[in-house]
Amino acid sequence: MHSFGHRLNGLLTFSVTILAIMCAIASLSDNLNTPSPTAEIKIMNINWFQKQPQGNDEVSLTMNISADLQSLFTWNTKQLFIFVAAEYETPKNSLNQVSLWDAIIPAKEHAKFWIHTSNKYRFVDQGNNLRGKKFNLTLHWHVMPKTGKMFADKIVMAGYSFPEEYR
Amino acid sequence: MSYFTQNSLLSFLGYPVSLQTFLPLSAPSLHFTMDWQGQKLAEQIMQIMLLVFAVTAFVAGYVLGSFQMMVLVYAGGVTLTGLITIPNWPFFNRHPLNWLDPSEAEKHPKPQVTVSSKKKGFKR
Repeated sequence: MHSFGHRLNGLLTFSVTILAIMCAIASLSDNLNTPSPTAEIKIMNINWFQKQPQGNDEVSLTMNISADLQSLFTWNTKQLFIFVAAEYETPKNSLNQVSLWDAIIPAKEHAKFWIHTSNKYRFVDQGNNLRGKKFNLTLHWHVMPKTGKMFADKIVMAGYSFPEEYR
Repeated sequence: MSYFTQNSLLSFLGYPVSLQTFLPLSAPSLHFTMDWQGQKLAEQIMQIMLLVFAVTAFVAGYVLGSFQMMVLVYAGGVTLTGLITIPNWPFFNRHPLNWLDPSEAEKHPKPQVTVSSKKKGFKR
């Protein structure tokens, strides 16, 4: 500590090291949070359900997505990335997951919501397996932190199915 | 080599140096020197203050649920610590070591090195 430069260097190095430790502890504190999210998705309408010229099935649907994800927010949360995916099984693939809609929730106040929307991304199958197919709709979320580990989880809602015929 | 660089090198190697010897006593201390006790005190104050502010900032942020609060309290704490420990305030210079006065040095002559007889062979 014999000169101005030496003391300044010591201050900056030590303070930044301690800041890194504080951020690590802040991230660890996220594990203390026990979230209890809820979600519900209703399919309001199947807008159309066709076979494309290439041979793949495509469907357009309108959904009502409502959820309460406020308990996922902590002091260390920057934003929540959520998306809805349709999951089903085909002879070719044991699991197909198609992302239909996503959103970013920037604050706790916006985490309790409902939205009436058609699918943001096209729902196209690998093949023509969708007629009469049963599928799940899952709401996934990624809790993106201000610092540290990102947590991801989902809610699976089962019991949806496609019409037997194209329309 | 400039005085500053030379003294930095010497003090890095462990030699006690003080730029005050090159400046008259009335000049302002442009080089922020502290005496040895002061340096130790500055280091202790710096470490303790930073740790205390870190804990305070974290607790404040966690309790208020605000990450920004933690960062602001900590940044304020770092600035305050810097203002207290980096400039050479007078209380860091309460135990100065002065160079020995020449008249005093003459009263205590350096010990003479006696020339020892040549050693023949190693001791076993």
